[in-house]
Amino acid sequence: MSETKMIYGLYDDDGTLTTAAKKFVANGLKIKDVYSPFPIHGIEKVIGIKWTQISIAAFIYCIIGCTLATVGMRYFMVVDWPMNIGGKPNFSYIQNLPSFVPITFEFSVLCAAHGMVITYFIRNWTLPFVKARNPHPSTTDDHFCMEINPVQNKASEDEIKAMLKDSGAVEIFEK
Amino acid sequence: MDQFEFTTSHKKFTFGLMGVGLLALMYAVYCIMGTEGAEHHVASARLWSNLLICGFFFIGIAVAALFFLALQHAAEAGWATMFKRVFEATSSYLYVGSAIMVVVMYSGGHDLYHWMHADAVEHDALLKHKEPYLTPWFFWVRTFIYLGVWCFFMHLFRKLSLQEDEIGGTEIHFRNQKYAAIFLVFFGYSSSTASWDWIMSIDAHWFSTLFGWYVFSGIWISSLVFMTLLIIWLKGKGYLPKVNENHIHDMGKWIFGVSCLWTYLWFSQFMLIWYANIPEEIVYFKARFDDYKILYFGMIIVNFVFPFFGLMDKSNKRNMGWVSTIGVIIFITHWLDVYMMVTPGVMKDHWHFGGIEIGIFLGFLGLFLYIALNTLSKSPLVVKNHPFLDECIHLEQN
Repeated sequence: MSETKMIYGLYDDDGTLTTAAKKFVANGLKIKDVYSPFPIHGIEKVIGIKWTQISIAAFIYCIIGCTLATVGMRYFMVVDWPMNIGGKPNFSYIQNLPSFVPITFEFSVLCAAHGMVITYFIRNWTLPFVKARNPHPSTTDDHFCMEINPVQNKASEDEIKAMLKDSGAVEIFEK
Repeated sequence: MDQFEFTTSHKKFTFGLMGVGLLALMYAVYCIMGTEGAEHHVASARLWSNLLICGFFFIGIAVAALFFLALQHAAEAGWATMFKRVFEATSSYLYVGSAIMVVVMYSGGHDLYHWMHADAVEHDALLKHKEPYLTPWFFWVRTFIYLGVWCFFMHLFRKLSLQEDEIGGTEIHFRNQKYAAIFLVFFGYSSSTASWDWIMSIDAHWFSTLFGWYVFSGIWISSLVFMTLLIIWLKGKGYLPKVNENHIHDMGKWIFGVSCLWTYLWFSQFMLIWYANIPEEIVYFKARFDDYKILYFGMIIVNFVFPFFGLMDKSNKRNMGWVSTIGVIIFITHWLDVYMMVTPGVMKDHWHFGGIEIGIFLGFLGLFLYIALNTLSKSPLVVKNHPFLDECIHLEQN
């Protein structure tokens, strides 16, 4: 967690939060993040969060999986111990390519899926035994929380708190 | 602009395409008249196989559009409500398409289907064994049932859709859902059996249990591409102002997904036959590999690689110019896929690819476009009282 103190506004409704966020952004306030128990539709556009690049990571993991499967199977089935399966002896990888396609496909998917999950965990630092970083425990239950960095904004802390209060936040705290 | 105008220049264009088709048809007939013996047989087989290819390709697009419409009804999906009329217009070719299919298969059956020759069946143990199913009268009964039921549901959905514009409410919506469920069950069976009857029976000695799905995924992707291109074209003309890149994104996802389904099914069918290596099954691929190598493999690679890598990225699916480029390419290669289903069985190694093939394809395309655009101009372009219209207008993608 960063050293700066953050100001948090806790809301009991995602609609109230979205309306408030739109108003804040229109008034030039920069919202750092929003914590929510479920995805709030369109909130990332309102507060200006960049689109995730996990799909590019997934593509790279997929290519790694595809390569590993090809190299591995060629070694196991052609170089190290050529096997005769269903009357098709494996003396050449390229001539038996169709029989290797399903496993290459499955292994690519496996690598992409696991790679994505692990990347996601590391990026968000939500690994097992790691202390949760969400500002308020009820953001995993029935509340929605807005995070504002007072240093990045021209408005003073008191002004920000007043704005949060006006917009219908049920609780305002610092951390 | 909520009323599509079928202008004279559009009509001229579609009539021009039909004219090209007619010229190709006349040339093909001239080739048949001017030849004797074996050459005469080849020329006549070439004409009928081309008519079957295009007849099936375009009726497939129409019935898959009806299937896709029914899918939205049955699932109560709201994302496509605004361009539901495009789906209806695409399926409206069914009446004319059915008539063409009946005429082509009736007049060309002798050239197309080996099993329609009674004397050939007499001396063929395999065909004799299949006779209870592959016999002309039963073939025609099945064909008329498929075409009749498809046309009936096309008429029904269109009628209900126009009624909904008038009276609104949710009653028609739920009726649509019920009828769509019935149609989907019928379509599930009939799409498979129709492809066995009309296409797979060309290679009467060969069969594949996956063939129905393979053909179904092919007509589905062709239909999706056609409808996407039509939507983008209408959008470019200034119609459908509220359709934006979010809707095209969804259509792009369908094209991407169904292209993968098509490749998956093609490969599943191929790999099992390749692995088992049984002579009676392998003949199908041997005919295609030996005589049509470049066309066949080229078609498969384009059909997989272009949509897979071209439409994988989010921003590509939202780029209408890019989606239509990929769409036009795979529309042609999926026609080539149908060409590859029919021609090797009918023409063996005496195939030609030239003016007749391209001309007849363009002719059918002109006819199809004429009917689709004509239907489109008969009703408001956007449905008025559909319960999910508002949901579709506010569709957003992440």
